[in-house]
Order: sequence, then C-alpha cells, then structure tokens
Amino acid sequence: MATATFKIWRGDTEGGEYGEYQTEVSEGMVVLDAVHQIQAERAHDLAVRWNCKAGKCGSCSAEVNGMPKLMCMTRLSDINLNEPVTIQPVKAFPIIRDLVCDVSWNFRAKKKIKPFKPREADAADGTWRMAQEDVDRVQEFRKCIECFLCQDVCHVLRDHDLHEQFIGPRLFVYTAALEMHPLDEEDRTGDLAAEFGVGYCNITKCCTKVCPEDITITDNAIIPLKERVVDTHYDPIRMLVRKLRGG
Amino acid sequence: MSNGAFALKRAGFGVTARRDAWWIQPLVTFAVFSAFIVYSTWAGMQGEYYHFGPYLSPFYSPELFGESPHRWIDAVKPTWWPAWMLWSPAFFVVPFPIGFRLTCYYYRGAYYKAFWADPPNCAVGEPRKGYLGENAFPLILQNLHRYFLIPALALIAILAYDAWVALWFKNATTGVYEFGLGVGSIVLALNAFLLGGYTLGCHSLRHLVGGGLDRMSESPARMVSWRCVSCLNNRHMRWAWFSLVWVGFTDLYVRLCAMGIWTDWRII
Ligand code: SF4
Ligand code: SF4
Ligand code: FES
Ligand code: FES
Repeated sequence: MATATFKIWRGDTEGGEYGEYQTEVSEGMVVLDAVHQIQAERAHDLAVRWNCKAGKCGSCSAEVNGMPKLMCMTRLSDINLNEPVTIQPVKAFPIIRDLVCDVSWNFRAKKKIKPFKPREADAADGTWRMAQEDVDRVQEFRKCIECFLCQDVCHVLRDHDLHEQFIGPRLFVYTAALEMHPLDEEDRTGDLAAEFGVGYCNITKCCTKVCPEDITITDNAIIPLKERVVDTHYDPIRMLVRKLRGG
Repeated sequence: MSNGAFALKRAGFGVTARRDAWWIQPLVTFAVFSAFIVYSTWAGMQGEYYHFGPYLSPFYSPELFGESPHRWIDAVKPTWWPAWMLWSPAFFVVPFPIGFRLTCYYYRGAYYKAFWADPPNCAVGEPRKGYLGENAFPLILQNLHRYFLIPALALIAILAYDAWVALWFKNATTGVYEFGLGVGSIVLALNAFLLGGYTLGCHSLRHLVGGGLDRMSESPARMVSWRCVSCLNNRHMRWAWFSLVWVGFTDLYVRLCAMGIWTDWRII
C-alpha cells in the first residue's frame, strides 16, 4: 500500500493553519475516506461534515487542491499523490471549525425568493394540466443537492463577499425552477434585477464547472433569467410597447 | 479583509491552491482574441485587396460602397465622407459583428477572465477589491446584445449569398459567368456555415424564439425553434472560436490571393 500526504486546514474563526498528515491509501478510496482515516488514526478532533458518502446529501463540500469538490466523490486515483493533497473548507462562507463552515446564509437568502404561485386550477376538481415538455425544462434544476459548491466558487461571493447584494448561482437555479415553471404566475424579474443582483454575475461559468449534478447553471438558468430581466428592465422597445399598452 | 457580509479574507491576485495550469486557458484566450483584434483592425483599415475574382472578404461584406464588382452602390465612397478621414468599405460592416461578439454571453465570460482577471480563472484570487459586475455603465449596456442580433442575422444571409456568388467565375474570353469551384469558394462557404452556427446558437435568440415562454407547448413552432437554437447553443463556445478564427482566415485568404501571394486552386 502506498502512503500519501494530506494538508488539512485546522482552525476556527480565530485563524488556523494546515496540519500535515500521512496515511496509507488503497485502490478505490475517495478524499473523504482519507480524511476519515486520518481522523481515526491521529486527528480525533478533526471536524468534517458528511452524511451519505454517495454524492447526494451535499454535506461534504470542501476545496481539494484548490477546487470546490464533494470529498466523497473525488477519487484519490484522479489526484497526483506524489505531492501533498490540500484540503480546505469552502471559502465563500464563515468557518466554524476545520473543514466545517456555516452555510446557513443560503437558507436565509432562499427565503427572499417569492414562493411558487400556481395559476387557478384548470379543472373543477382543483387539479392542473401541464405538458410534459414544458415541465421537462425545469427538471434539470431539481437535481440540485444544495452542496453550495457553485456558491463557493462564484467570485462575487468568494472574492467580493457580496452576500447582501447577490443570491448566487444555487439560488438562481432555484429561482429559474420557479420562474420557468408552466403553472407559476409569480414575477420575480424585479427582485432578480435589484435584490438578487443577477447583474453581478459576469457569466464566467465557474459555477457550471464545479456542479456535481452537472446542472448547466449559467446557460440554462442564469442567462435565461438575465434575458427575462432585459425584457422587463433594459430593452427600450419592449419598455415602450408596455408603456403604450398602459402596462 | 473585505468589508462584505462575512468579512471573508481576500485571496491576493493569482493566489490559489489549484495545482493545475489554470493560467493557460485565459492566456490562450488573451492571445487569440488580441491577435484577432489586431489583424481585423489592420485588415479593415486597408481598403484594398479585399476581393479576388468572385470572392469578397467577409470584413467587407456587404460592400455598400467600394471598388469591386460586389458593391451595392455605384460609387467608391459616399460623397459626404470627409476628405481628410481614412476611408475603407469595411467601416460600414465591421462595427456590427464586433458589437455582436463583444456583447455575446460566451465572449463576455471569456474576456472578463482573460483581459480583466475578474476572476483570472475559477477559484483564483483577483487583483481588485471593488466589483460592480454588469450593473453599472458601461457594462450595463451588455444587456442590449439582442439589438446586435438583428444585423448579425442579416449578415449570415449576406455571407451565404457571397458563398453562392463565389461559385460563379467570369470567363476571361467570353465574359460570361460560369459555374466553378475554387478553394476560395470552399473557404467562403465554410465561413458562412460557421458564422451561421455561431449566430443561430445565440442565447438572446434562444430566449426570443421561445425561451421567454413558460408554456412553449402552446406555440409548437416556437418550441421547435427553441429546440433548434438550444441544440446549437449547447456548443456555442466552439462555434464562437471556430467562426472567429475562420472569418479572419477567410479575409487573409482573399487578401493573399488578391495580392498575388497565394494561388487560388480551381477544383472545377
Ligand atoms: S457564472 Fe455567474 S454565478 Fe456562475 S460563478 Fe460566474 S459570476 Fe458566479
Ligand atoms: S447547483 Fe450544483 S453546485 Fe450548486 S448547490 Fe446545486 S448541486 Fe451544488
Ligand atoms: S457525503 Fe453526501 S454528498 Fe458527500
Ligand atoms: S450569446 Fe453569443 S452570440 Fe448571442
């Protein structure tokens, strides 16, 4: 069996440093396995959040060699083990301890998004009819596991700390799922333009790149939302037509 | 420290724990875009060697005024054009595709990274503290991309016509136009094809043809159009790169043939 070195961030709100650990690695191991092994062998107080070990709960998000990843889905065989592997907590949210961050901001920000508002029922029995092909489009967005890796990599949050002005890619995906839903009647474009800060996104697609669920965040959620905001806020001809119609 | 919501610690410019060669992608983008900007500006300002036989450089099409048989108006330049000002028929063409590409969603993301390091690449520290995104002037104007789409669509039709014209060669003895195929005909046809694939995969077009609707199934024609545009949009980045390089090469091909440096081989 081979030995590999891991540099794991140890610290809390006061600061911290990398702890260097060596452990044996074997075929089929993922980063989370190595972290657990280190925790069992010599760092019993190492804080790490995880749950499913199957890429479905979104708890084990961290930065492995500088890239936001789910630790349970990152195979050691895909990493160069001849150099120490760096593991640090996600950068866009405040640290609690070691690899665990406080991501509760995401849930608070989500509450700002107007909820699903279906049109009046289509049938007398209070049910609706919708075409499968209309609802197909939003299915992609429902794959989200709320790992917040996209929020972590987004420079608007990570580098500019604009959490007050910008809800981030995950919540744009959520807004898109509501906004494009064939039954929904709510208009969220005003919020997108102002409070949600869609204009801060500069379409660099880092969110799409890191999404473990392969959601085409930028192309299928954010850009279509930006286009809807253009319709209501920036397109002079549309604005004129609306004015003339008394809208 | 930043003064944002969580007072997160800012990483310095270029600081990252990434191990891969993250700088290659923005560097290549920077190099290719810069080369294109320099070449197209130079080529557009020449005002000569832009046509050869039935071929017309895409930087000069439509040739509203000009010296070639392709011109639309029978004059070398507009009468009102100030005598002291440099003239080239490309001045009436180039601003439109440039505006279209500059405001294209794909290019925006790419040049914000490569030219403005905003960010230099994913999860790599930025040089500047402040950030306004596309919320303030001038970047707020990016929202008008759809207005450049209209001339861009017209240009595809014109370039497709040019590709057709590039199949008809004038017989030097009889003066009659005869069907033929030169390497240049293929170069021009490929140019129209690539620009078509790029333009018809535009995000704004995708929105306008159907994406703006929540119940597209009620408008079957718009649903089909949305699907077609989405199909091209899937590979928008590739179309953007290939069409960019090829449109530059098409001008170069026509130019070098017109200058007598390259020979245009006739296949038929
Ligand atoms: S595309 Fe937009 S939301 Fe996604 S990472 Fe880039 S700036 Fe953030
Ligand atoms: S959109 Fe993707 S990256 Fe973002 S939270 Fe959901 S699953 Fe994670
Ligand atoms: S532990 Fe559930 S996603 Fe990794
Ligand atoms: S988005 Fe690229 S051409 Fe419109």
